Amino acid sequence: MKAHYFGAGIPTLRNVDLQGRLIVLEGPDCVGRSTQIRLLQEWLENLGYGVVTTSLCRSELTEIGLTKAKRGHEIGRRTLALFYATDLADRLERAIVPALQGGFIVLADRYIYTIFARYGVRGLSAQWLRKAYSFALVPHLTLYLEVDLDVLAERALKAEKLGFWECGMDMNLADNLYDSFMRYQKRMIRAFAKMTKEFEMTKVSAHGSVMTVQQRLRRRVRTLLDLKETEAVISAPEGPVVEGMD
Amino acid sequence: MSGLRSPHDYPGMLIVVEGVDGSGKSTQLDLMRSWLIQEGYDLFFTEWNSSKLVKKTTKLGKTKQILTPLTFALIHATDFSDRLERAIIPPLQAGMIVLADRYVWTAFSRDVVRGVDPEYVRDLYSFAVQPDLAFYFRVPLQTAVQRIFRGRAGLKYYEAGMDLGLSRDPAESFLKFQARIMEEYDKLVNEYGLVVVHGDHPIEKQQRRIRKVVLEKIKEKKMRPAGRKKA
Repeated sequence: MKAHYFGAGIPTLRNVDLQGRLIVLEGPDCVGRSTQIRLLQEWLENLGYGVVTTSLCRSELTEIGLTKAKRGHEIGRRTLALFYATDLADRLERAIVPALQGGFIVLADRYIYTIFARYGVRGLSAQWLRKAYSFALVPHLTLYLEVDLDVLAERALKAEKLGFWECGMDMNLADNLYDSFMRYQKRMIRAFAKMTKEFEMTKVSAHGSVMTVQQRLRRRVRTLLDLKETEAVISAPEGPVVEGMD
Repeated sequence: MSGLRSPHDYPGMLIVVEGVDGSGKSTQLDLMRSWLIQEGYDLFFTEWNSSKLVKKTTKLGKTKQILTPLTFALIHATDFSDRLERAIIPPLQAGMIVLADRYVWTAFSRDVVRGVDPEYVRDLYSFAVQPDLAFYFRVPLQTAVQRIFRGRAGLKYYEAGMDLGLSRDPAESFLKFQARIMEEYDKLVNEYGLVVVHGDHPIEKQQRRIRKVVLEKIKEKKMRPAGRKKA
């Protein structure tokens, strides 16, 4: 399967063949993405797939600089959006696409959609954001964890995750964490919901227990990989395990 | 926000110089700077690739040689975005003259030579403020290269365009790289109406021309030296 980009793509990787699949998990803060990714990875590895995970701000190039820049409140939203674009480009070029060429399944904890939602609600032009990120690879599957605001708040409180950014405190929506969280995440959920159609995201309910949600996600992944309910992959993880799909 | 394609309405004035390494742009900018200070104007100076928040990341990428055409383009856009917000727009709002050593056209030429889509680079920088004056220093390739080799011990990897694989010899690679950048600059002169200065003319002659153009713009914008404003 040829690499398919949103726009002009990556200059050095324009016509590459991808044996693996890029699966993205999206959803608001505290919805449980990381836990679900870990479980998906274990499951896929047990089935014999080679799995690579990736998440925002983890590139060799930008991890130190971007982490530092985020800590202060000096950096502007547009500059941050560009810093994150550099981060994604570095991960795509030197980690994600090579892994896909080698037949791995790449599980991405967040992707461009989180950036679009985050900086869209902060007033950056939606059109400019989409153009700036048009180098990105179109995922083979994007799973969006759909959640009601009150359920999200409960999860955030239990996990003690009412932090500065999770509450969107930079936006001056309220003078206290809880109210700010509710207002900010409401906007984020609305922004995500708007994108599900635009980007053909697959909505998956995040309500219920961890394993209930995991079963829903696995069902979608099985369809993508053309797997039957109990089927396992025999070949070794390093091999091109999803050959002949197209 | 007005963007690169339409004039800004800040009270200040933005003047930028563009051109390849060794084109003489920084020398002329220094002369322009001293002259304007003497005339009593409030000045602010900013140069390419100098954001405190971003330049360490760029340096890391260059040292490790892990920058690709795309990440090279993006990290420089990040740097520019930070400087625009902090070092260019505020002094313009305060009515100062901002002098910028290199601007978006540096990216439009370099990144495109590296294989990045021209439309993409333009979109990336569409938020930039349109300068009131943009000088492009045009020089014969040999002149620029001689100036660079005279003043420097060796060429750095990305500076020489070694990442493009044009030649294994840094000097030869640098030559080919600069030639291609000049071709791109020439296209931009027409597209954006850059004011061409002949960088191989005598220094004084270049400066006279620059001052004439700047004075006209100052008159047109009805800018006053800060010292005389209160009098």
